[in-house]
Amino acid sequence: MTTQAGAAVATAAAQPPHPKKVRARRNWGDGVLRLVAGLVLLFLFLPIFVIILFSFNKPLGKFNYAWQGFTFENWADPFKYPALTDALLLSLNVAAVSTAIALVLGTLVAIALVRQRWRGHRAVDTFLILPLTAPEVVIGAALLTLFLDFGWAAGYTTILIAHIAFEVSFIAMTVRARVRGFDWTLEDASLDLGAGPARTFFRVTLPLIVPGIVAAAMLSFALSLDDFIITYFVSGSTVTYPLYVNAAVKAAVPPQINVLATAILGVSLLLLAVGTLWRRKRFEG
Amino acid sequence: MAEVAASSRQRSKIAPYLMVLPALVYLGVFFVVPFFTLARTSLSETSGSVFLPTLTFAWDFGNYTQAFSEYREPILRSFGYAFVATVLCLLMAFPLAYVIAFKAGRYKNLILGLVILPFFVTFLIRTLAWKTILADEGWVVSALGTVGLLPEEGRLLSTSWAVIGGLTYNWIIFMILPLYVSLEKIDPRLLEASKDLYSSATRSFRKVILPLAMPGVLAGSMLVFIPSVGDFINADYLGSTQTTMIGNVIQKQFLVVKDYPAAAALSLVLMLIILGGVLLYTRALGTEDLV
Repeated sequence: MTTQAGAAVATAAAQPPHPKKVRARRNWGDGVLRLVAGLVLLFLFLPIFVIILFSFNKPLGKFNYAWQGFTFENWADPFKYPALTDALLLSLNVAAVSTAIALVLGTLVAIALVRQRWRGHRAVDTFLILPLTAPEVVIGAALLTLFLDFGWAAGYTTILIAHIAFEVSFIAMTVRARVRGFDWTLEDASLDLGAGPARTFFRVTLPLIVPGIVAAAMLSFALSLDDFIITYFVSGSTVTYPLYVNAAVKAAVPPQINVLATAILGVSLLLLAVGTLWRRKRFEG
Repeated sequence: MAEVAASSRQRSKIAPYLMVLPALVYLGVFFVVPFFTLARTSLSETSGSVFLPTLTFAWDFGNYTQAFSEYREPILRSFGYAFVATVLCLLMAFPLAYVIAFKAGRYKNLILGLVILPFFVTFLIRTLAWKTILADEGWVVSALGTVGLLPEEGRLLSTSWAVIGGLTYNWIIFMILPLYVSLEKIDPRLLEASKDLYSSATRSFRKVILPLAMPGVLAGSMLVFIPSVGDFINADYLGSTQTTMIGNVIQKQFLVVKDYPAAAALSLVLMLIILGGVLLYTRALGTEDLV
């Protein structure tokens, strides 16, 4: 290898130099690459701009699809439609409760998978990935047949059950990815120093994995809040936020949908910024 | 002392099983068992009224042949759309992931944040926004019309391209992130070495970058293809009756027509095809690149 490289360098030295041409060409390619990347980023944001813009629209009919005129009216009255507000509150409730339960189940699995190898851990690993790779429409349909079989009425509980089912794997995988490579002998050290297993868990293990758990909880919360397809199958007549939006598409789309979507985006952005600043401060200060 | 060590080792031997048990029981009941009830439903016969049908288990494989013959078109269309959407995602995500990994410098985290940001808006509302963007009287249609790039229907909304575009948009994030992760791992010195050795840019791309990015390409393709093939929202909002996908059929048969056996048969076939692909993938590459 080295001799080949040496030979290449020697040949390179013998080559008549065209530095300018090569450099110009490379910059051109670089520019195109950056331009394409920028366009893709624009593509990602295009609908978001439209959503924000149309939260200020003054729609003529029932559907907020075509631009009519600028107004602050929608923002002055974001909770004009109680059904929309209720649906959003229900979704927040489902997201919080299901995430709390799934967090316990998923985190335990993640720790077990990362900390040591045991007979069957590969099988569990593969099994956990299945709920993430099954198409949502199939999961929803399968759960529906189960609930029909059990004779359970679809509603809040069945939505909760379904959400926990797809969150557990997400949480287990996210926490696992974040805690891989930790020094688990710290636990042994704590045990050796006389701390009990419970004390070791709360004082050593938990603080180590908390950042991973927080990330997983946020992801799980967002997934639950956003889930439409699975929820659609198991909701009965209960209406979550995405279900409200879907029903609105068939009947009437008020601009308040855009107002709340924009507000949620703003709050997420704020949380993200605060989180980043807090982390930076904690690690640098 | 020896006793303590022994007991602690023993505890840690059963500990992992105790820790995974609750989740496995939960997923057993609410993820595995549902597939049994789904399979049973797919082999059942319906009798009684249309509004409240009774299902009796009968090893009725006719539901499968019926599902295949009746819904051949939506099945093929779903796989076709999902394939095109996956390729489009790959073509669009690669330059962006590449720029973030190698060219973004100190803006790397900012751009990554920007990439994730749109996904804080509900999936349905994002798809709905495309309805506005692609509307017949919108600027996109008029711009494409001016340069003569409109599809033969003379519009975008309600065409296959609108549905494929929606699928591409909604899942491209699952392509960008794994691609970025695998590109990020590439040592830039390898690229320098290939350049020093007089490899052309395209050759470096083919011989160095692409092979090393392959785990990301495969993981991303799988993560885009699967939700695309089962989706019904994009076809519902952006398409027409000519763009029906498997998801639309399953959804309609289950929740509107209530023909459970045929819908269950279709769901199970879809699941088995995807399960086969996933298991092949995890056999070859493990589960690490997926999340």
